[in-house]
Amino acid sequence: MNLYLVKDILDKEIAQEPIRKGFGKGLLEAGKIDENVVAACADLTDSTQMSLFAEAFPERFIEIGVAEQNLVTTGSGMAAMGKIPFVSSYAAFSPGRNWEQIRTTICLNDRPVKIVGSHAGVSVGPDGATHQMLEDITLMRVLPNMVVIAPCDSLEAARATLAMAKDKRPNYLRLAREKTPIITTEDTPFEIGKAYVYAEGDDLTLISTGTMTYHAMVAAEKLYKDGIDAEVVHVPTIKPLDTRTIIDSVRKSKKVITIEEGQIAGGLGGAVAELLSEKYPVKIKRLGMKDRFGESGKPDELLEHFGLTAKHIQFAAHKIMDEK
Amino acid sequence: MISKKYSIAELETKAYEIRVDIIKMLEHAGSGHSAGPLGLADIFTALYFDILNHDPKNPDWSERDLFLLSNGHCAPVQYVAMAHAGYFAREELKTLRQFGSRLQGHPERTKLSGLETTSGPLGCGLSQACGMALAMRMNSVRDDGSNGMNKDLHRWVYVVMGDGELDEGNIWEAAMLASKYKLGNVIGIVDRNNIQIDGPTEEVMPLDDLAEKWQGFGWHVLEIDGNNMEEFIDACSLARSIVEKPVVIIARTIPGKGVDFMEYDFRWHGKPPNKEEAKKALHDLRTLKGKIRGEHE
Repeated sequence: MNLYLVKDILDKEIAQEPIRKGFGKGLLEAGKIDENVVAACADLTDSTQMSLFAEAFPERFIEIGVAEQNLVTTGSGMAAMGKIPFVSSYAAFSPGRNWEQIRTTICLNDRPVKIVGSHAGVSVGPDGATHQMLEDITLMRVLPNMVVIAPCDSLEAARATLAMAKDKRPNYLRLAREKTPIITTEDTPFEIGKAYVYAEGDDLTLISTGTMTYHAMVAAEKLYKDGIDAEVVHVPTIKPLDTRTIIDSVRKSKKVITIEEGQIAGGLGGAVAELLSEKYPVKIKRLGMKDRFGESGKPDELLEHFGLTAKHIQFAAHKIMDEK
Repeated sequence: MISKKYSIAELETKAYEIRVDIIKMLEHAGSGHSAGPLGLADIFTALYFDILNHDPKNPDWSERDLFLLSNGHCAPVQYVAMAHAGYFAREELKTLRQFGSRLQGHPERTKLSGLETTSGPLGCGLSQACGMALAMRMNSVRDDGSNGMNKDLHRWVYVVMGDGELDEGNIWEAAMLASKYKLGNVIGIVDRNNIQIDGPTEEVMPLDDLAEKWQGFGWHVLEIDGNNMEEFIDACSLARSIVEKPVVIIARTIPGKGVDFMEYDFRWHGKPPNKEEAKKALHDLRTLKGKIRGEHE
């Protein structure tokens, strides 16, 4: 299948944009398509890029103030009336602070609220550990009825937002603050629940999500030059997990590395380990945050420090290939 | 749609019947909350037989008023009132809290049609009511600012909250939101029975002056005897006439109302009567013969 990805991933001049920008554009578009799309924000309208929608449709936008519990429960009430509410804040606060409200009034109550958590991962940078959300995938993934999505770039974020507006289930969308290289194009497919093989190879499977897919792609290029043919499976939907695409790849390679900008416990790494240990046990290495918090610093500096770059993936790949 | 107008005397008799069924269903279930549901019986009778514009045979009727029980542990009184109103057969009340029942220990919307939400964890009802009211307002105004379909403007959103539940910050976040957006079709009803699980509310976490608190948050406050049918019905009509701000009715009720040994006793908050106690409770209720009036009368 042609995925219409950007041709030269290693290009130093590759276009970059914050993933959250794609959400802002996607929401504006979704608002034009369906007048039932509404939005609410907890005092971070510009930061989460909800401002585009708020300016275009002021009567469909609710400013909640700094009250994340109220944000999601009000969203549940709007969904009860047939609206498709997108509710945004920083991921550390929503779903960080309001998990029980999401569980009861959205998941158990089965209301299609779209929870948007921006500024996830250590790449938030100088704000430090309090604002670098690392547990959101884990928290949302364990909730029945919830769909969990982490796009890899701004274009995919826009497509994901449009797909979410049509989805009848509760959804969580994970966004990042910093500029991320754009590796997909307008024609790249996105469907909720599907994983995509962004690079083909037989020796090793790299499974990544969100901001880390770019790094996995770069690592695959480097590994090819090292004589290792790595496959990159991009998993924008962590739940429901596309088990078929993952197992098909692992059947060939028998070796897996997962990469994510969050806690590996219960995150993408957790999800893949759960799947493979039951259905197709193979050697697996999980890259991500390992039971610790982030700290202040420059985004690149932090990704380097916590071992979340192409170089680190490349190193881990050699290690797993060398193991007998 | 329920169109019959009941007299106050008829409603009081209905409240008595609802109390009897609450005792019976709780005794049968062997677990559940007694005090709150008994105290709320008059309010629920008024809601389901006089105040709410609803249709038990067509629970999803698009023009119905919305009613939310925020303190979900008082589910028994809602289930009994719904059964008496015709949402389902009274026979089903015996299934409360049993495996496979639509009558879950705490109300679940997806299990039983006629419920507007799922509740139990406290403090979430008012903000859902606000979301509903905001959505109704959006439905009444088109994107270009012109008026759309105005039918939603005549719908009301009622939400019953416990007083202990007001310890939750989420309630006050919602109170600010309703006030900011002048949600005049939201009517809050606080069951002011002064007890919560650990003891009297004023010892656990003082709420007074409760009326001043709500006023401070921009609400119009009505204070009434919540075990007086007429006072509650009058308060609701007054509340509907106040459109420029949200209205809260602080309804003083007697926990365990109608059953002498349960009244005012916080130990009856979260437990059901056993066989012996149920017998005595039904005797207490019969003695009063439905002539339950507020203590201040």
